[in-house]
Amino acid sequence: MTDAGHDTEDPSVNEYENERVPDKALKGPSSFWGMYAGEHTAGTEFMIGPLFVAYGVGAGDLILGLLLGNLAAVLTWRYLTTPVSMKLRFTLYHKLEKICGRKLVTIYNFANGLLFCFLAGAMVTVSATAVGVPFPEVRMPGFSDMMPTGFAWSAIVVLLGVAMTAVALKGYSVVARVANYAAPWMFLVFAACAIATIPKLSSTELSHIWTGVPQNGNPKIGFWGVFFFAWFCNAAVHMGMSDMTVLRYAKKPSCGWAPAAGMYLGHCVAWIAASLLFAYQVQQFGEKASVAPGPIVDDAVGLTGLICVVIAGWTTANPTIYRAGLAFQGMVPSISRNTATIIAGLVCTIAGLFPAFAMKLLDFVGIYGMVLAPVGAIIVVDVYLADKLGIARDPAERSGSSFNLAALLAWIVPAAIGYWSVGFFKMPLPTYATLPVWLGSGVLYVILSKLIGPKPARA
Amino acid sequence: MKTLALPIGVLALVGTIVPPLLFMLGHIEQPPMKITMLVSCIVWFITAPMWMKSE
Repeated sequence: MTDAGHDTEDPSVNEYENERVPDKALKGPSSFWGMYAGEHTAGTEFMIGPLFVAYGVGAGDLILGLLLGNLAAVLTWRYLTTPVSMKLRFTLYHKLEKICGRKLVTIYNFANGLLFCFLAGAMVTVSATAVGVPFPEVRMPGFSDMMPTGFAWSAIVVLLGVAMTAVALKGYSVVARVANYAAPWMFLVFAACAIATIPKLSSTELSHIWTGVPQNGNPKIGFWGVFFFAWFCNAAVHMGMSDMTVLRYAKKPSCGWAPAAGMYLGHCVAWIAASLLFAYQVQQFGEKASVAPGPIVDDAVGLTGLICVVIAGWTTANPTIYRAGLAFQGMVPSISRNTATIIAGLVCTIAGLFPAFAMKLLDFVGIYGMVLAPVGAIIVVDVYLADKLGIARDPAERSGSSFNLAALLAWIVPAAIGYWSVGFFKMPLPTYATLPVWLGSGVLYVILSKLIGPKPARA
Repeated sequence: MKTLALPIGVLALVGTIVPPLLFMLGHIEQPPMKITMLVSCIVWFITAPMWMKSE
């Protein structure tokens, strides 16, 4: 998974939020590779790897699904997000305002901010499992725990949430620096966890590690489950065009290959390493295996692993809280950034109390993508197809409308149908529905724009 | 100091990954592996800010 933002809070730095990025500010590929590698080695990777085991993924399905699913994600960044970003060189918000109008962007900001808070909450949960290891009175959450597990657990989550919010209030430049320093070390700790676990396994045969048997009543997923998850866990960022904010600075199309670093180090190696940790627990304890990242990492590599879990969680939760605050502030410009950040931190801390977001992370991440990705389809239609199909480009801006009903319906109707179909067709993960929802949004936007879209004012 | 920080930092990374490899191969026990990794972690976070670019 990834945190949501990359920008700085330093007001002296021009972020070109409401204008095209000028040529002098463009950056070469090297600026993107390290950033993507660090961002996709987050605290939540410690949760996703074990969940694959719990969903009964077999060894072959896991490896092939990760290789191909991450390849699909990289290709999406390279051939969809990067060309759109380079053509426009605007932030997602600025472009959305031109298409959807100010009021609709406010609704998008609310959905975005709320989902950021829940994601950051899952990261707080993961960090709390590490901080709680020295305290035996803390009952670590298991798969079936959806509610806070007790007072001691809640106290640790609240302390972490308050600390993270306080740092986010100061801006996250220090945390960003720590994240930068930690990235290569953190990747090695992930690898070390796996290496140190191998000699403890009762059997190193792949079919005895990734047995293909679901745990704790979870549905079973195979190749397609892993493939779609690897492709769409960041759907909001690539297909949803959230990364326009970053890639608008790309000097060359080859910058779009940089997410490969994050996909193959974070979403491939780190997930496999984390899943190996849990596979060992399953071999030892069966259905009673602990899934809490803190204790299982402590068992593998000790205090270094606990530090890694906390840093991985903190460095990704912190910018996410900050960005959620910005999204809330964008919604209600009259509140200060500090107030917005405190609200975001509060929501994040409350979410962190409930292990449900971490224990159901595969589902939550799928819903997150399904809700936010469709706006990317609307942008793609606007950029590449609007002229050819005879619909207005940037219709809200050109008509002076502050609310494009066609865009709203094209966004929420497919997302709602997608959400409903996951339950109706008993899909094991929401990521199965992401692509149909995204395509449906694009098609619906074309139809609705012709029928009810705002018409540009005549010159 | 900056000149020394880079090789020491690289050694710290080596100290993070080599002990688990030695443990896997049965050359060391788990406690020394964990301590070496912890010391390497501390050394890494002291040296990294001295030579790594922050952005």
